[in-house]
Amino acid sequence: MSGSDNMHDGLADEFAARGPRPGTETRLWLAQRLSAMVLGVCVVVHLITIVIAVQGGLSAAEITARVAGNPAWTAFYAVFVIAISVHAPIGLRSVLAEMTKLSARRVDLLCFIAAAMLFVLGIRVVTKFHALGAGL
Amino acid sequence: MSARHRNQANYWAFVVHRVSGVLLALFLPVHFQVLVLAVKDGAAFDSFTAWTEAPMVKLAEAALIVLLAAHLTGGLRLLAIEFLPWRDWQKSVVAITAGISLAMGLVYLLNVT
Repeated sequence: MSGSDNMHDGLADEFAARGPRPGTETRLWLAQRLSAMVLGVCVVVHLITIVIAVQGGLSAAEITARVAGNPAWTAFYAVFVIAISVHAPIGLRSVLAEMTKLSARRVDLLCFIAAAMLFVLGIRVVTKFHALGAGL
Repeated sequence: MSARHRNQANYWAFVVHRVSGVLLALFLPVHFQVLVLAVKDGAAFDSFTAWTEAPMVKLAEAALIVLLAAHLTGGLRLLAIEFLPWRDWQKSVVAITAGISLAMGLVYLLNVT
């Protein structure tokens, strides 16, 4: 976040301050669309996996057998978590900015926290399954 | 201000996308924490999934699937609007997204035991 002086400005200020280079709003819009495209693929895979996995019930052993130590699943879920950490907070930012009276600065702060939380909690799951498969 | 826009399929698509997005974001931390249990304490995870065998929980899970499918299909609709040439298909697309989302919930319920 350092180096971006206008990160916490309100929407109007943001547009006013925008130079010839794309501003923060444009960058966030693009980041959300790009992450959405990644998530589009991830969610289709996830929905199919869910429907297959729940057949005959779900157990820790079953999930571990599928995911732990499998580099393809580890990579898939890492990408999934990163894309979510980018996508969800930008969406929440729009919702909070439009539907609450919170200041732009506070909205940005909350969404930054949400991004950090989703990333840390999500990547923790991925690394734990990876470590389990690697026998760590 | 009239409320006529609320009869528009596209307005409801917006509402569903927003509500599903917020609910999914709130669900994710819980989802992640439960998955950590599967690694740290398999028995605790399995007793948790035993709780999820309750019919009401299964219905709630199906609702989550519908929310996820709705956010997926609604998001693809938005990407199409923003990045593809305009077509006069808006209401049909909303109907298709709703159909796919509800069908996904049904597929889930038919496969879960």
